[in-house]
Parts: sequence; C-alpha cells; structure tokens
Amino acid sequence: MVQFSEEKLAKVKELIERYPEGKQKSALLPLLHLAQDSFGGWLSSDTMDYVASLLSIEPIEVYEVATFYSMYNTKPIGKYMFEVCQTGPCMLNGSDNIIEYISKTLGIKPGETTADGLFTLKTVECLGACGYAPLMQLGKHYREHLTKEKVDEIIAECSNTAAANN
Amino acid sequence: MGRKLLLEKAHVPGIRSYEVYRREGGYASVEKALKTMSPEAIVEEVKKSGLRGRGGAGFPAGLKWSFIAKPEGVPRHLVCNADESEPGTFKDRYLMEFIPHLLIEGLIVSSYALGSHATYIYIRGEYAWITDILEQAINEAKANGFLGKNILGTGFDCEIYVHRGAGAYICGEETALIESLEGKRGNPRIKPPFPAIKGAWGRPTVVNNVETLASVVPIINLGGEEYATIGVGKSTGTKLISACGNINKPGVYEIDMTISVEEFLYSDEYCGGIPNGKKLKACIPGGSSVPILPANLLLKTAKGETRYMNYESLSDGGFASGSMMGSGGFIVLDEDQCIVRNTYSLARFYRHESCGQCSPCREGTGWMEKLLYRLEKGEGKSSDIDLLWDIQSKIEGNTICPLGDAAAWPVAAAIRHFRDEFEWHVTHAAEAQTSNFGLAHYADPIHVPTV
Repeated sequence: MVQFSEEKLAKVKELIERYPEGKQKSALLPLLHLAQDSFGGWLSSDTMDYVASLLSIEPIEVYEVATFYSMYNTKPIGKYMFEVCQTGPCMLNGSDNIIEYISKTLGIKPGETTADGLFTLKTVECLGACGYAPLMQLGKHYREHLTKEKVDEIIAECSNTAAANN
Repeated sequence: MGRKLLLEKAHVPGIRSYEVYRREGGYASVEKALKTMSPEAIVEEVKKSGLRGRGGAGFPAGLKWSFIAKPEGVPRHLVCNADESEPGTFKDRYLMEFIPHLLIEGLIVSSYALGSHATYIYIRGEYAWITDILEQAINEAKANGFLGKNILGTGFDCEIYVHRGAGAYICGEETALIESLEGKRGNPRIKPPFPAIKGAWGRPTVVNNVETLASVVPIINLGGEEYATIGVGKSTGTKLISACGNINKPGVYEIDMTISVEEFLYSDEYCGGIPNGKKLKACIPGGSSVPILPANLLLKTAKGETRYMNYESLSDGGFASGSMMGSGGFIVLDEDQCIVRNTYSLARFYRHESCGQCSPCREGTGWMEKLLYRLEKGEGKSSDIDLLWDIQSKIEGNTICPLGDAAAWPVAAAIRHFRDEFEWHVTHAAEAQTSNFGLAHYADPIHVPTV
C-alpha cells in the first residue's frame, strides 16, 4: 500500500492550492514527480491509483499522463539512471561515442539495467544544454562535457556511494 | 562590445540572492511600474519598444498583450514559457540559473500590466535544479514585499508558482503548455479560440517566453522608445544567442542585433571560430527547426550582401536561400560533419516529440526518420530522397500546431541545399560509412540553389 508521509501530504496540499479551486487536476504533474521520488523512482499502477485518489480524478487520467511524458518511469529503474542526450548538437560533439562507451563499460544496452540493479542507461532527446555537450542527466543535475574518463569517474562515484550506503 | 540589458549583471558575485540583486538596482522597474504607471501604459511601452517574442515565432509582444480579453469577473493569467526544448537552445536556462530575480522582476511588472494575480512559470521537467533556484527567488521577493498581497502598498496582489513539466518538447507550444498546466497530456489545442480569449482553465491567458518577460525590465527602466533605438529595423533590443556545435567558445551571448553573422561566428568575443583550423560547412542559426544554411549562404545573402544576426537579415531570401532567427539556437557544423547524419538525428528528435494527435506529423515524422536512417546507413535508394521531399511537403501546414512544420523544415532545407550529399550516400554507400562527403561547393563564394 503506497502512502505519503504526513510531511509529504502537507506538500501535496500546498501543491494543489497553487491552482484555482476545483482545478486540482492541475497538480497532477507535480504530484507524479513527488510520487516517483518517494516510491522507488518509478510509478507503479498502485502509485498512480493513489495519486488519482488524492486528486479525486479517474486512474485513467493519471495513466494517460504518466505514459505521455518521458520523465515518468512506468517500469522500475536502476538506482542511478544515466540519461544521455543524443540529439543534433550533442551528436555533433560525439554523444554516440559516449553512449557506446557507457554501454560497453556497464554491459547494458540503452533501456536496460545492470543485473545488480545499480545502473540504467537511457538515451534521451535534447536536454537543453547543447553548449556543454556531450552530457547526461543524473538525478536532479546534469553532468556536462562528458569524456570517457569523466564517465569512469561518475560510475566509480555512484558505485562508491552505493557501497557506502549499504 | 555590444550593449547588454539582460546579462550585464549576471556574473556579479552573489547576484542570485535578493540582497545583491536589489543592491545592484534590481526591482526598480517594479517600483516604477506599480507606483507611477497604469497597466495600459505598460502595455503601450512594450508596444513602443518593438519587443518581439523571444521563444521563436518573433511575434510583437505588446500586440500579443493587447489581445487579452477582459470579461467582467473572470481571472486572467500570465504564464511564463520556460519549457526550453528546441535543440540548440539553452539561453533561458542560463538567464534563470544565473540571474533568476531578473525573470521574477519581469514577471511582476508583466502580471500587473495584464492583471494576473496568479502567474505560472512552466519549466521543463529536466531543469529540476533551476526550479529550486526560482522558488528560492520567489520566496525572497515575497519576503521583501514584491510578491503576495498589496505589493509595495499599491493594492496589487500577485503570486508566482513554478510548474514543472516532465519531458515533452511539445509543451513549448503554448496551447500544449496550457493543457499540461491543467494536468493533461500535452496535446495542442485547435485555434481559435486563442489563449488570450480562452487559455488556462478557460480564462484569458498570455504565454510568453522567459527572455521576452525578462526584457520587460529594461523596457520599463529605459522607456520603450529608447529600447527601440537599440538594434536595427524591427529587430529591437538585445537578443540572447546560445551557440553550440563545432565552435571554440560555446555558450550564451547577449548581442545587439547589428553584428554580422561572420563577426558572431569568428570573433573571440563570441564563438571564437571553429576548432582545429577546420572550415565551416553549414549552420542552423535559430534552433533545430529553422532551415540549415551552407557556409556561403550563411555569411552572405544570395544577393551577396553581408548577413546580420537579426530577424530580417537571417530570413533574407526566404526559405530558398535564407533561414530564421528562431529561438537563437546557433548550431555550427564543421567540414567533418555529415548532413545526412545530422538530419537523421533531428528527424529522430521530432518523431520522438510528436504528440501523435495529427496523422501527417505522427506518421510523417516516423517515415522521415526511417528513410534518413536507411540513407545514413548506406541502404537507401535514390528515390528515397524524392520520397523524403514529398513527405515533408505533406506535413508542412497540415497539422494543428507548428511541430509539423518544425519537423519538415530541417529535412526540406537539408535536401534543398545538400542534395548532392544525399545522392552520394546512395551512389557511394560503402564509402559513406567510412569517409565524409566534405565541403564540396558549399563554401564557394556564392551558390544559389534553384529549389
């Protein structure tokens, strides 16, 4: 059973109040972000049904939104997701080589997760940071000007953090 | 060194905080506007300034504001479009990240002009850390009496909320953005009714780009007439250009629109030229959806005149030999780049981002991606090039929103100017996998295509 903490429920209330009265559905995108961050980095159907109940809308209204936007994960992902931009300007600056290198280093193809559940590799379209290409999104932040050496460092950093937390 | 109106103070240490921003003269336009001007007078100043929408379409901002309906008893809304997603464009991020209070200041003045008491910033979901920066700036502005109830004792109430998207280029289109703000899929609406009549929650709504709204600050401080003296012709004020691709100094530059493309590309003040002594092959001067130009048509127009970094000059020659200012995303391709591969990459982007509502766009973008993939891999046929041309021509103008056009134009321009490179990928399929078509005649002084 998914359930927000009291603190997060207060945040839900604050988010809903940002929109006109009776238009609480407007808080759906922010609520899905909150839910994804709170419940393991992805949106299960239980999670989506729970969000629907918080907004007094039909579950289908949540499913159709969750599947439209690329940042909502409707399947479980690894602890660290490398979202590497592959569009035009990044491609001109060698993003294909970076994707290939990550793929080889981690032994996974784009869209896959490592067996230990630590890493997911995903290719994404334009992240809006073309001057700092090639780059990836990792959690809340961008990692820019990627090189093979930088990728190695990021993988080591994530592995070490995960090991330290275990 | 051109005049800077937006980024002049962006690198003052601590400018992200309210204290430093205020000490540097920030929020003066709010005091001037709310205490000494009527909302109508502000709209007039923005009209006089000649400010054109900085998101890509270049529509006069003051005129757009004047369209807002004012039915009795119905709230109105201003929505700031921070869904920056056009490949090659990263200027709004820069402004919001380095000098967030400038946007908040512009939003307060603009909200007052339009009568919006609840204003929303729709920011692309990936800019998660910038959401925090903006919310911090909003809280600081509120703590200092510039937001909330009875701002500066003038009786004007206004709140600003940040609404984070979740990864969808289409939400940069204003009606898709409104749908998304309402908690729905980003499917653009049929216009009319325009948002100025029926926008968010059926209420009159104005949607403007980040840079457009930030520009309201210097317009109020200087006065519309003085603002209009900067720049040239209908390209008034300053413009943020985000430069990327094969250049020495990628980044965001504020230009006054009198400099030439050549100066912008080669001078050390801006892009600093092309790395490793390579030659210029082509450039997409205004974000990925505007027509790509070969080197010879980028620096000079078809008539042989110098091309400048402004709305009129960049579009000189129409689509036959010109391009567009667009969103100011300046993408440079050096002699080692493959036009077919670049076009494929962009086609993949548009296929991914099509919302799927209109069949010409939904089906057409998929077909274009597949054909370009085939050509790029050396598996294409000569007739594929004609088929590509045919498909793009049937998408353009046949969709609810401009995404269809945005997907069609890059393909059309690539074939128009670089058809021989596409042909070469068919006739020299194996060679195309290991080597590059190179510059051919694209760097010749003048080559005017006939299409």
